Amino acid sequence: MIERFASSFSTENYWDLFQLVQNSVLTAAVLGLMGGIIGVFINLRRAGLVVHGIAEISFAGAALFLLMGLDVVLGSALGAVAAAALIGVLSIRDREVSAVTAVLMPFGMGLGILFLYLYQGRTANQFGLLTGQIVGVDDIQTRTLISVAVLISVIIIVIWRPLMFSSVDPQLAAARGVHVNLLTIVFMVLLGGAVAMSVQVVGALLVLALLVVPSAAALKVARRPLVVVLLSCGFALFSAVAGIMIAIMGTVPISPYITTISFLIYVVCLLVGRRQRARYSAVTAEAMN
Amino acid sequence: MTDPALQLEGAAVRFGARTLWSDVSISLERGEFLAVLGPNGAGKSTFLKVLLGLQRLSAGTAQVLGKPVRRGSHRVGYIPQHHQLELETPLRARDLVALGLEGHKYGLPWVSHKARARIDDLLDQVGARDYAQRPVGVLSGGEQQRLRAAQALAGNPGLLLCDEPLHSLDLNHQRAITELIRRQAVDRGAAVVFVTHEINPVIEHVDRVLYFARGAHRVGTVQEVMRSEVLSELYQSPVEVIEHKGRLVVMGEHSEGTHHD
Repeated sequence: MIERFASSFSTENYWDLFQLVQNSVLTAAVLGLMGGIIGVFINLRRAGLVVHGIAEISFAGAALFLLMGLDVVLGSALGAVAAAALIGVLSIRDREVSAVTAVLMPFGMGLGILFLYLYQGRTANQFGLLTGQIVGVDDIQTRTLISVAVLISVIIIVIWRPLMFSSVDPQLAAARGVHVNLLTIVFMVLLGGAVAMSVQVVGALLVLALLVVPSAAALKVARRPLVVVLLSCGFALFSAVAGIMIAIMGTVPISPYITTISFLIYVVCLLVGRRQRARYSAVTAEAMN
Repeated sequence: MTDPALQLEGAAVRFGARTLWSDVSISLERGEFLAVLGPNGAGKSTFLKVLLGLQRLSAGTAQVLGKPVRRGSHRVGYIPQHHQLELETPLRARDLVALGLEGHKYGLPWVSHKARARIDDLLDQVGARDYAQRPVGVLSGGEQQRLRAAQALAGNPGLLLCDEPLHSLDLNHQRAITELIRRQAVDRGAAVVFVTHEINPVIEHVDRVLYFARGAHRVGTVQEVMRSEVLSELYQSPVEVIEHKGRLVVMGEHSEGTHHD
């Protein structure tokens, strides 16, 4: 197995290959930046499982569109946004976002499997929906993905303060006139869009690696808002771009590289964060003596 | 500036067939300190929600500083009940105060020089300058509550609403927070509405008491309301109020138990 893995690599004509995947690298970079920004709120609102749920339900949307002979990317995007909005509306009342997600997720996956069963085409198409297909993105798709990712990032930055306020202290934010429930819905729709975009890069199953892990890592080592965002974007960008650049040397798909790199970053941040905290407690203890 | 800080006329809140409280009429002058007491579920928090514009009255009117209550008015400050912030909250102490000042605004999250000076000033007022740069998640409950006080004072409110702000704080922080609230009332002429289980930590500052129980209520000075016969009538069961060294001990089967100081 190791031999098979090792022999799958080749550095011959690397830059020629790289030219071919330029679109993918650019897309991954922009999606990484978006993931870094929105990920801060995903972690803050403990919505990691929701991301996974939306991704799986978006798979049902994609499968439905495949079955109907329509654009798969559009199908997954619509599925993701619809799922996210539905979860948002249902969770406003009881704030149990993960419970609502856990109820909707198997239903969405079940539908997806049904649609794929009914589809008469090649099975390779089915697998691509789950593990990502970015090496195959063309110019038009690249443009669409980048525009949507930039749009989502800009909206998040514009609503940053009220969204942060209602994520940290919903009671006080509501009292100060922030439309907490409306912001929850807006955030969920943006999240749906972000998931739909990321599914194109790493597939439904691994979307957490791009949206959740980088900011979770950043939150382990930094607390200043700006530093958290910059680190989180940097981590996401690095895992996505480096993942693709290594992947094109061989035949192993992109996803394992991206997930492994982002996981390693997380582990390093976890350890660094522990040391920081230990040092911090030592300083506090000293100050109190 | 002659408008009362707070004026309720025949105010009532009903949920379906259940009347939480009704016929509440009270007028608070600037600088006045009102303690709102009563057992759990009697409608103390709902009273605050009405004043914050988060709960509509079923009957009557409520005015704040001469205008009908409105959600998000910067003339109304609010200190919510303490809850510990997550360790990984990506905010420093001063960022949290900044949210109190500008957290409702859309647009680029850029803090202006003017706002920065105001935040420094607020941090000084609540004595939080020393930990201004520290992550909020590592601060103690008392330190976090001081920051919430700073958030509430950000708009220099004419009416300050406090929802059990001393809950789960140690004596030292209780005293500091009480002092802050009192200063806002006395020095700046704000009226204070202070919801609490426990009147003793603030008893020396209280001008009037609004006591809710079993759908009824009483308004008056501490001496008028905190009496055995008044509370017994309110609870419709025997309640005894004992004064001991300037502290009040309320005892009865239907109150929320013995009040300690």
